[in-house]
Amino acid sequence: METILKIEDIEKYYGNRSNLTKAIDGISLEVEHGEFVAIMGASGSGKTTLLNVISTIDRVTSGHIYVGGVDITTLKGNDLNRFRREELGFIFQDFNLLDTLTAYENIALALSIQNVKPKEIDVRVRSIAQKLGISKVLSKYPYQMSGGQKQRVASARALITNPKLVLADEPTGALDSKSAKLLLERFSELNQELQATILMVTHDAFTASYASRVVFIKDGKIFNELKRGDQTRKEFFDQIIDVVTLLGGDLNEAL
Amino acid sequence: MKLFKLSIKNIKKSFKDYAIYFFTLILGVSIFYLFNSIDSQTAMMNITESTREIIDLMINMLSGVSVFVSFVLGFLIIYASRFLMKRRHKEFGIYMTLGMGKGQISKILLFETILIGCVSLVVGSGIGILLSQLMSVFVANMFEVDMTEFTFVFSSSALIKTIIYFGIMYVLVMIFNTIQVGKCKLIDLLYANKKSEKVHMKNPWVCTIVFILGAGLLGYAYYLVTAGVNQIQDPGDIFPPIIMGVVSTFLIIWSLSGLILKIVMSMKGLYYKGLNSFTLRQISSKINTTVFSMGMICLMLFITICVLSSSLSLKNSLTKNLKELAPVDIELSKTVDMPDSYMEDYGYTQEEIDASHYTVMETLERIGFDADKKLKDVVDIYTYANSELTVRTLLGSAYDQVYQTYPHLYYDSAEEFIKISDYNKVARSYGHETYELEDDEYMIVADFDSWISIHNLALKQGVAIEVGGKTLTPKYSECKNGFIRISSNHINAGIFVLPDNIDFTGFDKKNFVIGNYNAVDKEGKQQIENELTSEENYQTLSNQHLNLSASSKISIYEASVGLGALVTFIGLYLGIIFLMSSAAILALKELSESTDNKERFLMLRKLGVDEKMIHRALFRQIAIFFLFPLLLAIIHSYFGIQFANYLLAGMGIDGLLESIIMTAIFLICIYGGYFLITYFCSKSIISHKE
Repeated sequence: METILKIEDIEKYYGNRSNLTKAIDGISLEVEHGEFVAIMGASGSGKTTLLNVISTIDRVTSGHIYVGGVDITTLKGNDLNRFRREELGFIFQDFNLLDTLTAYENIALALSIQNVKPKEIDVRVRSIAQKLGISKVLSKYPYQMSGGQKQRVASARALITNPKLVLADEPTGALDSKSAKLLLERFSELNQELQATILMVTHDAFTASYASRVVFIKDGKIFNELKRGDQTRKEFFDQIIDVVTLLGGDLNEAL
Repeated sequence: MKLFKLSIKNIKKSFKDYAIYFFTLILGVSIFYLFNSIDSQTAMMNITESTREIIDLMINMLSGVSVFVSFVLGFLIIYASRFLMKRRHKEFGIYMTLGMGKGQISKILLFETILIGCVSLVVGSGIGILLSQLMSVFVANMFEVDMTEFTFVFSSSALIKTIIYFGIMYVLVMIFNTIQVGKCKLIDLLYANKKSEKVHMKNPWVCTIVFILGAGLLGYAYYLVTAGVNQIQDPGDIFPPIIMGVVSTFLIIWSLSGLILKIVMSMKGLYYKGLNSFTLRQISSKINTTVFSMGMICLMLFITICVLSSSLSLKNSLTKNLKELAPVDIELSKTVDMPDSYMEDYGYTQEEIDASHYTVMETLERIGFDADKKLKDVVDIYTYANSELTVRTLLGSAYDQVYQTYPHLYYDSAEEFIKISDYNKVARSYGHETYELEDDEYMIVADFDSWISIHNLALKQGVAIEVGGKTLTPKYSECKNGFIRISSNHINAGIFVLPDNIDFTGFDKKNFVIGNYNAVDKEGKQQIENELTSEENYQTLSNQHLNLSASSKISIYEASVGLGALVTFIGLYLGIIFLMSSAAILALKELSESTDNKERFLMLRKLGVDEKMIHRALFRQIAIFFLFPLLLAIIHSYFGIQFANYLLAGMGIDGLLESIIMTAIFLICIYGGYFLITYFCSKSIISHKE
């Protein structure tokens, strides 16, 4: 299998010499093509920082990150932007949809900034909308949609460019449990159907249980790793809960 | 004192937001001072009494205009402070959750207003005082006074006036802010930014209908002030087209904001290219909510363009015409040889009839003015008129056609005649072309454009006229350019030049004496003029029932220069203030939404849009926002200036192109300046560097 994401011993420090915070303290990780990986950790564990450095929103202090064989820690300026719009897809906790645009236009924007022809845009928007079950809300504005619909629109926007890697930051964080379930089911379908590689950050064991692999982070280091294998989601969920209990403290509060 | 510190910190922190506000205040203060200090600038200049009077009139008018300007600025400042308040709702919300009372928040705002007010007053009047030094050169140039040495001009009265006017404005802002704070609810303050924007798409059919309605109304208004301008009879008639123009402006802006979006959306190739969809939505969401201010801005820009370009061209024509229209120093005229029957017909007294037998030269002798010594290049001529020979009769067969085009002219006034030899004398003196006429020919000299075209209609048809028992036909098929009275404008409606052998018995006779003062320099000429126009002479003339009238180059010149200056200053004053206000409103609107924009642009960045693309989108967004009202205003102005030309036709509009270029320069400097500041401020607000 092809390795999509390869993280080599990265570190990220904040602050100065006298007051140093190691947000990431030597993490190495590999994600294969078509994997659905969840990263779990309490707040302050460094999981969002990890996502930020992978998404090139932030820079690592040391180490290397390869996406599809390219070392993204060496990219600069417009190369970074191109990398971001062509190789990555983003899903945010608070959806980050443009409130002035309709769902259709929000999804289409990801393609139009890559100068894709309008005809092709139309075909692709409609096909992804159907897969995510949002065909009916395409002409609506964000304020006219429910949270679940918004998040599915945001997911469509992230997936439509066929990115090498989809990064999701607490995608269910702002959703009710029903919407969250619906979204995650779609995620796993898309993951299997389109072979989309998804890296998701969450502190919610339920959300994580939809992934094929869960990586636990504590104090900037990888603490544990679980693979779903042939287990049912329920079994996997119980296994995750065990680790969470082991991790103790903070994460329990988050649950 | 803690609160005061907080105020200072707030201003420092949000300096980007305040930059435009500050800039506008400073500009407003300095311009206000500048135009109110003209008084002191002219005070020290060596100018004549009549110029002084015009300057006094100008200063009175400027201070009247200042009241109006202060209203405009007052509204602008309140509007601006309201925008800045909105920007800070969240900040106030946090203060309130921390237990700060509304009174304390009001106090913070009070400190801020006082601080900003003081700084802007000091800086603004400083700049105003500096600018007024430049202005004094401009003023001296305008009144053609030599600036022999540089004097530092400072007007304490203007400064005090500026401080009082702006002080009142700031107090109003404080009251307004306190009311605003009092009305605030904590929940609204905290969640001010969270309210997601509702996008109202207008019904395209309604838009189309409204647009057609607006365009039709506007077209009709345009027609009324240009092609149909002759139907405007009394001053009240100009209101319907103005009201139509205003209403249609709002209708068009309302409908276009929806319509353009619809049209571009249907052009998928354009709409889904790069950030176009985003940019367009940004603009339309804003235009949607700002139809009223957009309309106001459009109208203000329109007024600015018209006022500036007309006033500048009026000034141009006033000074340019002078050299051409007042080629000699003095023109004296007097009705002579009135028949005794005028006592009964027109109520003249015996004394007046008797006095009318004196010629101009004899009259001058009677008042003790030595014409031989004091005047040179003297031309002594007569013109004739007859109440039977009116405009109507002399237009002959062309009258009906003329009447259809110009139904509101007075056609019963008597035309004026001059003998060809007399006219040639005048023409030679003025450096005009001389003519020759056969015994049965006549010609017309005129320089008033619309009258030239009226006479030309008759001349082209070869209309024959009968004067003194002789039938004459036109020698030329058009009027020749010329005049006999000196004036500041092209006002010669037409004088019939006839052969010398016409018998003018029974005609009203007028004697003209045209000449130059016999002096070498300006002072000498002024001295002769003073002697001629002395109060004493005036008394003598009226005691003896003599009706001598005089036009002199000097008086025409001073009146023109004064009028030119008056028009220019008021035009500039209003123009700059209007321009500044409309640009400031646009800039504030744009910047006040920069927080929303910041989030949106951040989202775009996360999607991987290049900085270059983002900046281009921002630039386009702001440019279109600024250009939209300007474009409509320019279209308005195209017709507005034509109408202004029509109204001012009597005054003469010259060098229109030059003044339009000047207006454009002002527009680019002020409006463009605001545009650039807005762009750079927004750019720095949306930039991700914290």
